Amino acid sequence: MSNATDLELKIAEILIRETRLEDATAETFDPDVDLIEEVGLDSMDLTTVVLVLQDEFKIQIPEDEYPKLTTVRKIAAYVQAQLRT
Amino acid sequence: MITARSLLDDAWYERYRRISALNIRSSIYDVTDRCNLRCKGCFFFSSGEHQVAKQEPDVDEWKGFIEREKERGVNLAILIGGEPTLYLDRVAAFYERLPTFCATNGQIKVPRERFPDMMVGISLWGTPDDEKQLRGKDTFAVSAANYTGDPYTYYLLTITPTQIGRVEETVRRIRDIGVKVHFQLLSNDEGADGFSWDDTQLTELRHEMDDLLERYRDTVISSRYYHEIVTTGRMLGRCFGWEECPSVSEPVDDRSPQPKRLIHFIRWASDLHTIHRCCTSATRDCATCKDGAAHMSWVMVNKRAHMRSTEDFQHWIEVYEMFAKLYRFIPW
Repeated sequence: MSNATDLELKIAEILIRETRLEDATAETFDPDVDLIEEVGLDSMDLTTVVLVLQDEFKIQIPEDEYPKLTTVRKIAAYVQAQLRT
Repeated sequence: MITARSLLDDAWYERYRRISALNIRSSIYDVTDRCNLRCKGCFFFSSGEHQVAKQEPDVDEWKGFIEREKERGVNLAILIGGEPTLYLDRVAAFYERLPTFCATNGQIKVPRERFPDMMVGISLWGTPDDEKQLRGKDTFAVSAANYTGDPYTYYLLTITPTQIGRVEETVRRIRDIGVKVHFQLLSNDEGADGFSWDDTQLTELRHEMDDLLERYRDTVISSRYYHEIVTTGRMLGRCFGWEECPSVSEPVDDRSPQPKRLIHFIRWASDLHTIHRCCTSATRDCATCKDGAAHMSWVMVNKRAHMRSTEDFQHWIEVYEMFAKLYRFIPW
């Protein structure tokens, strides 16, 4: 996973585990790949991931924010911002 | 890691991109509990769904309800019945607010000056003899007169076991009036004699539909993979049934584990309060359900599962394209 932060790696791990992306590893996961268009996930998958992220990081992610969370890097940026507030 | 780009060449990737942005969120609405036909095998009446709720008569109530549906994220209204064209003000309430598809038996013409581009799907149950046996009359003569050459109309041909080897006759009649056709299979809810499927018949029909798709490419809206799924009830080694069906109304879906499903999907009764279990009859055996839209949706909600090979993913794209054409999100 090139140029990935620790947070991005952690999110990639969660994403791979929760959506059972058996052909992926956190280390090689492209943080800029589009999760819906390219990886083929759907909104049910993303909802599952978001629920785990909320528990993991003790943050709230409103449902209307989900459509913006289309890559690991964008998710990480969102989580980072929430952790600062 | 497998991605869409890694599986597809430029041409297929372009096709994929065209549909991947659509994000279709459909729900189904019983416009009324009345119909001007009474067909053997119509789940609406055979399962008593016409009696579960009293239809809402006030069109202003319908308008408010549809606005709430829009806020819920619905972007495709699929109108069924009873017969929706008996209540065109209710149909108009949808059409003025949402992309709308209207299923009808075609006996009442949707006035195009009022609904210029609304998609209309006309139910047809086979040859004139089949129609007389199952529906009490040959509906095609009337529906054909109402919709000849209509670019926003297609026939939804419900194929029965008695039509095997004779489907072309009906396809040709439809082609000759300049309308498209899509296939689905009868689910014999009422156990009418001679209308239940066996495996040999399903295999024969699959080949027949494949052949018709090949020879009537300008008329038949379908895909070989859809034919495989709907005739075998199997997809990627999994069996269609209650545990897999994507078209269960979300508020009553208590299945665990949750399968892939249509997001926010609900099938509403015409009182605007009652929620039906699924897109078809709650009394139907899911293991033998042949509902075409449910099988299409089953494929569509399982995108990632089809990204295991180029061929599988292309099959997924073809089914998604077929759905998008049938509901006019992309041109024929």
